[in-house]
Amino acid sequence: MTFTIPIDNGDAVKNAEADSQRTLYPYVTGTSIVAIKYKDGVLMASDMGGSYGSTLRYKNIERIKAIGKHSLLGASGEISDFQEILRYLDELILNDNMWDDGNSLGPKEVHNYLTRVMYNRRNKFNPLWNTLVLGGVKKGKSYLGMVSMIGVSFEDNHVATGFGNHLARPILRDEWHADLSFEDGVKLLEKCMRVLLYRDRSAINKFQIAKITEEGVTISQPYSLTTFWEFQAFHNPTAGAQGSW
Amino acid sequence: MSQSSVDLPPKGGFSFDLCKRNDMLTQKGLKAPSFLKTGTTIVGLIFQDGVILGADTRATEGPIVADKNCEKIHYMAPNIYCCGAGTAADTEAVTDMVSSQLRLHRYQTGRDSRVITALTLLKKHLFSYQGHVSAALVLGGVDISGPHLHTIYPHGSTDTLPFATMGSGSLAAMSVFEAKYKEGLTRDEGIKLVAEAICSGIFNDLGSGSNVDICVITKGHKEYLRNYMEPNPRTYVSSKGYTFTKKTEVLLTKITPLSERVKVVEVAGEAMEE
Repeated sequence: MTFTIPIDNGDAVKNAEADSQRTLYPYVTGTSIVAIKYKDGVLMASDMGGSYGSTLRYKNIERIKAIGKHSLLGASGEISDFQEILRYLDELILNDNMWDDGNSLGPKEVHNYLTRVMYNRRNKFNPLWNTLVLGGVKKGKSYLGMVSMIGVSFEDNHVATGFGNHLARPILRDEWHADLSFEDGVKLLEKCMRVLLYRDRSAINKFQIAKITEEGVTISQPYSLTTFWEFQAFHNPTAGAQGSW
Repeated sequence: MSQSSVDLPPKGGFSFDLCKRNDMLTQKGLKAPSFLKTGTTIVGLIFQDGVILGADTRATEGPIVADKNCEKIHYMAPNIYCCGAGTAADTEAVTDMVSSQLRLHRYQTGRDSRVITALTLLKKHLFSYQGHVSAALVLGGVDISGPHLHTIYPHGSTDTLPFATMGSGSLAAMSVFEAKYKEGLTRDEGIKLVAEAICSGIFNDLGSGSNVDICVITKGHKEYLRNYMEPNPRTYVSSKGYTFTKKTEVLLTKITPLSERVKVVEVAGEAMEE
């Protein structure tokens, strides 16, 4: 039997290495997630990139996963922390299934669990460096909520994380309305993802859109959006101002 | 070895005399000024006949709104206007200065000013101050070589674009532009899109607010639409007006119309034109 002895560097106030067990900065990160409630449930979109600082290291990361029968979890931020959260939720769902009582954890319950976990880690100065989006449908009622790495938690009709806060939220506030059809919902999400593709440096042109309804979860195959670069002004931008750019 | 300490005249280029002193100050804890993106949404776009500039009207002093209806679209020349974000004093001073330089240049050459002239004067000035003059500008105008739209950053770099946004609300406004801009917009479509972008900044960014100002510049003609849209009116002002408490004794009531005492003269359009 081997025991791992925890590194005891002493008091964090006096010793600089004492906090070497805390998360200080993220390494491999995912960019924004955008999600909306629509007529039959919830739609969520994300790209499939994992950046390592300013390098685009991974291009095939699924940042949206199904949780149990009723929920979808999307995460932006540190990918390893997202994988850890998936393990926690796996255990949670497993224990729930073992009761075998016909009940199952709905999106509201999972959201609450995640809020507790995130806030608790934040209080110990060792956060899980993610912003999570939790969407789901149970007994006909759709639910969409968000938890940040410091434990800020709320639910809303449309959410966006990361850069999506600045670029997608204005569009959603303007154009979301209740009872969107599936096609309109997808078009709205694609509009937001396209703007993010143009203006977020860590976004890539490879997306997945996930849908959750009373029937279950569907996560689409990866696909890309068309972009437009043919503005006349971009062809020779400094025609009128030689020497500048 | 002879010691030669000759004071050579400055030959141009950079002078590094203060570097050692700046290093010492940084070590002592003085932070160098960083890029300040202050409360504003300013935008510009090129449409089929010219340029449309837009701005919100909120001036902030930290968390407080200092001016609810300030003017952020500055006059540079009869055919060139400039929106300014950043430190208000800096944007005012730098646009006033370049505006007067342009006027003198017009007198000397006898020709209308060109947008790249304003651009070069502004960027030279801002670069020489290494970003300490915190002015982020959207410069637009129509001159003999067509419509032009440029953005100028506090450190002196410029961009030439078909549509541009600056200020803290720039992302909110840019998301509207990226989703809806097309080439060859008509005047009304352009104004509508600019107003939408500014409203997006006003409602989604805390540093921007109040009203929308718009300036449309076409060949030989310009329209300054001050307070084109007022999407934040004061509500709940009591419709009953003010009444004195019932116990007040009214001694005398005399109403003197102001027009008898004061003569108001309309000065024919001299405010900002040549």
